[in-house]
Amino acid sequence: MIDFLDAIRFDMIWNYKELFIRGLWITLSLTAVGYVGGIILGLFLGIGKLSKIKWIYYPAKYYVDFFRGTPLLVQILLIHLAVIPSIFGHSLGYFVSGATALMLNCAAYNAEIIRAGIQSIEKGQMEAARSLGMPQGEAMRFIILPQAFRRMIPPLGNELIALLKDSSLVTVIAANDLLYAGKVVAGAYARFWEPYITVAILYLLLTWVFTKVIAYVERRYSNSYIPSQRRRIFTFGRASAGG
Amino acid sequence: MIKIQGLHKSFGKLEVLRGIDCEISEKEVVCVIGPSGSGKSTFLRCINLLEEVTKGSVYIDGVKINSKDTDINEIRKEVGMVFQQFNLFPHMNVLDNITIAPKRIRKMHEVEANDLAYQLLEKVGLRDKASAYPEQLSGGQMQRVAIARALAMKPKVMLFDEPTSALDPEMVKEVLDVMKQLAKEGMTMVVVTHEMGFAREMGDRVLFMDEGVIMEEGTPSEVFGQPKSVRTQDFLSKVL
Ligand SMILES: Nc1ncnc2c1ncn2[C@@H]1O[C@H](COP(=O)(O)OP(=O)(O)OP(=O)(O)O)[C@@H](O)[C@H]1O
Ligand SMILES: [Mg+2]
Repeated sequence: MIDFLDAIRFDMIWNYKELFIRGLWITLSLTAVGYVGGIILGLFLGIGKLSKIKWIYYPAKYYVDFFRGTPLLVQILLIHLAVIPSIFGHSLGYFVSGATALMLNCAAYNAEIIRAGIQSIEKGQMEAARSLGMPQGEAMRFIILPQAFRRMIPPLGNELIALLKDSSLVTVIAANDLLYAGKVVAGAYARFWEPYITVAILYLLLTWVFTKVIAYVERRYSNSYIPSQRRRIFTFGRASAGG
Repeated sequence: MIKIQGLHKSFGKLEVLRGIDCEISEKEVVCVIGPSGSGKSTFLRCINLLEEVTKGSVYIDGVKINSKDTDINEIRKEVGMVFQQFNLFPHMNVLDNITIAPKRIRKMHEVEANDLAYQLLEKVGLRDKASAYPEQLSGGQMQRVAIARALAMKPKVMLFDEPTSALDPEMVKEVLDVMKQLAKEGMTMVVVTHEMGFAREMGDRVLFMDEGVIMEEGTPSEVFGQPKSVRTQDFLSKVL
């Protein structure tokens, strides 16, 4: 064991630290863009899947079925090598392809979460809103979604962590993400322990931080609507945005 | 002011309303009684189209509401509804519960809406609860807020679906008192209720529903005093 530790050369990681920092940055950016886009698109898809109108329901349903029913890796390759070049005539770079694929994929999973969240709100809430003369859209926006989002926090949090890890798949299109940094170092030194352990530890660190943040948000939002608690949530929101 | 003709309502194969004709005039208080599953709620919910009407027509102030050309949101502004389960919006405080519809739907200004809300809270005896959240209120208080919320749209008619059935017995009175007050002020009301005392005291007319039809109707003293049909007699003997 001592021999083994002696043999480990973390200096080679240090030499490539810029690559890892850049990788972290790319991974976080891809996750952020994919997640935010995935929530917005997922909201429309989730509501679409609740629609009684066939030409809204079926496209939403088939979209979700496709992106949940095929591997993300295949989606990334399809988008990078086929879809984007066909539309634009050339590649738009790994970031656009990667973020698009992650967003489209994440949206499909979020759509199911959002649909279930909306459905979990008692029917009486929508009925009360409609009985006051609110159109469907307003009732959704002001009455249903604010309640439903609280219930969506835990599964949407899981989705964020899943997306962070799944973002490593963009390595196949030579995105300079965290895993790619490990691959480059592994290639340069023909050693595998150090770079991949480093990559693993960095992912673990990220998921650990995300888990903590999600748990915090979850705790704050889970119990009660009473404002003394809500004020603390906002304080937390500003603090985290500033720091 | 409300005219219902040949109203039928089916859920799939289940025929819940089987031909209802009924007229309700302004300032009238109509109480609907009947056994569970007889279609009372469905009947009420057809009046503001929370249920789609299968056959027949519902007119409010001469406008056929179950027609394609009618904007249902316009109709619902004029028809308030109070639910058995209150259905307050739990993420808003009492004031916002009451003002959201006037502000968003009637385009009322904040100050005006708040004034109106405080007036209504005064009326239902909850002025001091304006900033409370629904989860901080008792059932009776929640239902009184729900009544205030419906009244904030200044409706012409109020529909009540068993407003006291989900309440602990000691809270029934506070809600009934608010409803009595409303009736005295001349509000047109359709009240589905198991509170025979309320029906007898406040009802201008009582409808007894059974198996999707109005089996018997008349003044409270007619329906409670000398019920004509056997079904009515049977029902009353169980609940009185
Ligand atoms: N959305 C629905 N889908 C299918 N069946 C329904 C629906 N709503 C009501 N029903 C059925 O219609 C019948 C009448 O229901 P309704 O709620 O109008 O009765 P009610 O007289 O209000 O009874 P209660 O006193 O129990 O409230 C019942 O058999 C009920 O199961
Ligand atoms: Mg009922």
